[in-house]
Amino acid sequence: MLAMRGRKQYGNRRYNLKPRLRYMLDLISILTHKDLKVRYKSSMLGYLWSIANPLAFAFVFYIAFKVIMKIQMEGYALFLIAGLFPWQWFANSVTVTPTVFLANASIIKKVNFSRNILPFTIVLQDMLHFILSIPVIVLFMFIYHKTPGWIWLVGIPVLLIIQFIMAYGIALAISSINLFFRDLERLTALGVTLLFYFTPIFYPETMIPVKYQQLINFNPLTPLIISWRNLFLHNQLDGMYLAISLGYGLVFLGIGFWIYRKLAWKFAEVL
Amino acid sequence: MSEPVVVFKNVGKSYPQYNHITGGLKNFIFHLPTALKTLRTARYESLRDLSFEVQSGECLGVIGRNGAGKSTTLGLIAGVLKQTLGDVIVKKRVFPLLELGAGFNHDLTGRENIYLNGILMGMTKAEVACKETEIIEFSELGEFINQPIRVYSSGMLARLGFSVVACLEPELLLIDEILAVGDMEFQKKCLDKMLAFKQKGVTMIFVSHSMEDVKRICDRALWIENHMLKQIGPVQDVVQAYAQSFHS
Ligand SMILES: Nc1ncnc2c1ncn2[C@@H]1O[C@H](COP(=O)(O)OP(=O)(O)OP(=O)(O)O)[C@@H](O)[C@H]1O
Ligand SMILES: [Mg+2]
Repeated sequence: MLAMRGRKQYGNRRYNLKPRLRYMLDLISILTHKDLKVRYKSSMLGYLWSIANPLAFAFVFYIAFKVIMKIQMEGYALFLIAGLFPWQWFANSVTVTPTVFLANASIIKKVNFSRNILPFTIVLQDMLHFILSIPVIVLFMFIYHKTPGWIWLVGIPVLLIIQFIMAYGIALAISSINLFFRDLERLTALGVTLLFYFTPIFYPETMIPVKYQQLINFNPLTPLIISWRNLFLHNQLDGMYLAISLGYGLVFLGIGFWIYRKLAWKFAEVL
Repeated sequence: MSEPVVVFKNVGKSYPQYNHITGGLKNFIFHLPTALKTLRTARYESLRDLSFEVQSGECLGVIGRNGAGKSTTLGLIAGVLKQTLGDVIVKKRVFPLLELGAGFNHDLTGRENIYLNGILMGMTKAEVACKETEIIEFSELGEFINQPIRVYSSGMLARLGFSVVACLEPELLLIDEILAVGDMEFQKKCLDKMLAFKQKGVTMIFVSHSMEDVKRICDRALWIENHMLKQIGPVQDVVQAYAQSFHS
């Protein structure tokens, strides 16, 4: 017994799969409830915010580029919305993430649970908000005389998974590192803003000058956002873009977990 | 009675000097060479070569001066800290009562915090729900249970924390001083509860600066001095030696 290295976690009960799964669901649900309350004071407000925010941006860009600068594009409002909603999910998750462990210091210092659940619930929550906002996109499609196609049944789940693992991987990495370098939070906010302008969200990728065309796939968000928009606007799924964004997603997930595993055991020391 | 539940084998814990890093990424990069050097060399040792065992059903008191390493020891048992050297073996589910307010969120109500805390310690929601009324009754918080805990006094926080661990049928209970902020009546209630646990064979590790309480509850005591084990043995002997160390 004494020869065992390191720490032995107790709990036969917890290793049965079914109670364990039940437990994980309970843990995620209580943490989500807590987050919603802390972030938005109520779950309804959180949802409304996730719709109002991209709509407000869409409005501003519409005025700036359609009304004032007269961009030559059919259905620019729908185009904006189809890109802004998925972007909003990504940006929300990533900007909140740096402080997630700091905000939960009191829990982390008390018990030894899988801390990666904390960023997980953040990304999950924003994903749920995004899913709930898809009807708004559909509404705009009807305004522009378009209808959703059957391909959504495949496309949406696949893209959800890809974006989830990408956001979760990035969130894990940033939240872990931020504990040790507390100014990462500000750098993240800056990074997300820069990324927004380098991602074809309020302009189509076809408008990018030819000599920069090869560069667009260096931005991990580009293939993902283009995929979402093609799905919503044209009922299309492009295998190449899917593959590239899945690749990015897996790489980020790997990096995120690697960094988290390296640092997780020190969390309680620096909080 | 004879099976060890917690085993420490030559455990050491030291902290790197993090202050340079929490200054931010910018500072770290601008002062890279010195930063790396302090990170590697400057370590603060808070526990050295600590070995002891706690038997099942035993109650161990942990005493020592401020900064001796008591909370660090409990943190290692709870698994929130990781030892730098040696082995820590824990064979029961831990119910820690570490810092005041640990495991709570300040924006949630007392009731919501009961769930948060219980689930974090490994109970399912249904298990906590069964005990909810008992916990609230024990805490005697009355109306306040539906208030966000940011309006609680420290004594009220301690009440809530103790009530949760006390009612959830702990197997291995860690208590770090937190009872000291409760009023006399509640302290007595907690001590009674702990004595009841002892009857039932719950293993407890109790950090306290109140020698009275330690003597009343614990069978054995562990005295940590200067980050090292000074003495472990029957509670009377250790407490007496500890008290004497202040006079000489
Ligand atoms: N996160 C940390 N980083 C660096 N040093 C730490 C950290 N936590 C504790 N220490 C140091 O380790 C030593 C032991 O601390 P610990 O909290 O275990 O003391 P204690 O015995 O509980 O004291 P008290 O009676 O005041 O509660 C202290 O000198 C403290 O400065
Ligand atoms: Mg202490």
